[in-house]
Amino acid sequence: MKLCFFHLMPYQDLPDNFEKDYHSVWVDAPNSLFDPEKGHRMYNDFLDELEYAEAMGFDAICVNEHHGNAYGMMPSPNLMASAMIRATSKAAIVVLGNSLALYNPPIRVAEEMAMLDVLSGGRLIAGFPLGTSMDTIFGYGQVPATLREKYQEAHDLVIKAWKEREPFSFNGKFTQLRYVNIWPRPYQQPHPPIWVPGSGSLETWDWTIKNDYVYCYLSYSGYKVGKTILDGFWDEMERQGKEFNPYHAGFLQLVAVSETDEQAQEYKDSIEYFFKKSLHIPAGYANPPGYRTVKTNASAASATTMQSRTKQHTDFTWTDYLEAGNVIVGSPETVVQELTHAVKELRVGNLMLLLQFGDMPKELAMKNTTLFANEVMPHVRDLWSEYETRWWPEKLMSAAHGAGR
Amino acid sequence: MPETLNISLRGGDFEAEVLKDGSGPPLLYLHGAIGQKGWAPFLDALAERFTVYAPYLPGYSKSTGLEKLDDVADLTLYQFELLDALGVSKAHVVGHFLGGMIAAEMAALSPSYVDRLVLAAPAGTWRDSDPVVDLLSMSAEELQDNLWSSASSSMSISPADFEANSRLKEELAADRMQDLTAAGKFLWPIPDRGLKRRAYRIKAPTLVLWGENDRIIPPVYAEDFSRLVAGAQVSVIPNAGHLLMIERAEVFAGAVSDFLS
Repeated sequence: MKLCFFHLMPYQDLPDNFEKDYHSVWVDAPNSLFDPEKGHRMYNDFLDELEYAEAMGFDAICVNEHHGNAYGMMPSPNLMASAMIRATSKAAIVVLGNSLALYNPPIRVAEEMAMLDVLSGGRLIAGFPLGTSMDTIFGYGQVPATLREKYQEAHDLVIKAWKEREPFSFNGKFTQLRYVNIWPRPYQQPHPPIWVPGSGSLETWDWTIKNDYVYCYLSYSGYKVGKTILDGFWDEMERQGKEFNPYHAGFLQLVAVSETDEQAQEYKDSIEYFFKKSLHIPAGYANPPGYRTVKTNASAASATTMQSRTKQHTDFTWTDYLEAGNVIVGSPETVVQELTHAVKELRVGNLMLLLQFGDMPKELAMKNTTLFANEVMPHVRDLWSEYETRWWPEKLMSAAHGAGR
Repeated sequence: MPETLNISLRGGDFEAEVLKDGSGPPLLYLHGAIGQKGWAPFLDALAERFTVYAPYLPGYSKSTGLEKLDDVADLTLYQFELLDALGVSKAHVVGHFLGGMIAAEMAALSPSYVDRLVLAAPAGTWRDSDPVVDLLSMSAEELQDNLWSSASSSMSISPADFEANSRLKEELAADRMQDLTAAGKFLWPIPDRGLKRRAYRIKAPTLVLWGENDRIIPPVYAEDFSRLVAGAQVSVIPNAGHLLMIERAEVFAGAVSDFLS
């Protein structure tokens, strides 16, 4: 089992009535709400938390890209990855990732990721998300009807730029380059492992499987809803006659560990901040016309996620979040039990753990990370040990950790 | 009753669904971003004096080929090919919003195809101080409201019309995911796609119509078109919103007919 410490770098100081007084946490939340001095403290706290996770034995530390929002303050995850690389040596660096269609020309992604890979000596895992509609359509002005096509063209270009050893030309619909010749090229050959985060689009399942990439489902709806999506992915794998391997998929789960189940109430405020403020997103921004295909919008999985999302962000309270599995909370014993159950249900080998969320202060995030590493990790490490991953930096495979995990 | 023509273009790359009725000189009507839902009363009124062709643009209803159109130039060329296939060498062109933008592009790119031009709340320019609303992030309910002169405007009309309008509102909203996918390709994120550089070529006599209470693209945009199109007349229709041709069908059809005759 691969245990990956994931960070969103949320803005932690939104006003108390933010969700009532403001339309959205994304796209139109005015940046007058951002206090640069507090932002300075937050960025440095968050990097401390990520570096601490490596020290505590997490297999990977993960960052991601979002724009124009207070949900996750990483318009450039590559900058954060760069800082982490210099402060770490053992963990894989998962950049999950760069939204390919937003870069002009997209070889910028090939270049920066190659830099990170070389700088880290081959520890990079490259993530290629399509990007949320808030980031791509609204924040970066992309045309919904052509976003996927543009993303795929950019993907083809980046992969080719990584693989080719001679300059080549590229005559695409969205990008035209007379000379493609990236320096540096990646440390890992032919390129870093590729993970693709998705939200249940049928097209993404198909594409990820055909390219033999890892499919990651990053929702906050918890593993009970997540099971619908992952089951869909595994069904598609079977339909395409692919051999099952849990490392072919990843899942993100919020987890909060305390000494006892009762003590775990200490995470209540952070949970509510996360769901009610960090995820305060109107439906119009989450699913504009053309962002998802008509086929996906009509699918059961899509309906499930949209419904649960709306309800969870407005009506839910602490106990509802626990019951729905949005967050796995409690004593180490409780967490081990529920997490093991979730991982087996989902059949995922790459578990991304969100241990800092909402306005959780650094001390509590550190405590959560410590308890998870000391009390939970040893009990879930060996899940799926009978399988081997082929989506992990090779250099780290041969190191201290065993084959599977 | 209008007839429905199914026109195949470029060896089947495009299948165009075209509504047709009336007699007299040809008139091409190009609908706006949220499409058209069948044959509307204002088209009936125009059909009394003109042969009206009202195609669904690619991506709307059963018209196909959206994925083969990359930009506004492609969509404009498509209109010429459609007219060729219909056997029409020159037509009056009336366009609403997205359709207005394309109508203006037609008149600029190939003036010989366009007899007279009517632009109803046309898209195609941009004002930072008066932005066109963001149609993509609107919920179905917000869209239904904003299309009309005011949320309660339907109350001032006859019960039968009110019923018809309510039904239309629902139909318009129901198809918005499909319709706005197509519109987004030509209007998102900013509908200024270069018309201002080409509008000097428009030679057709031009009438610009606007609903006084248009809440999608405010009437101040009429100034752009009176500046860009030499000799353009501007007329603002009172008590009408974005769907001026639906809300004030008689006034709209009257103004268009008078101008074209």
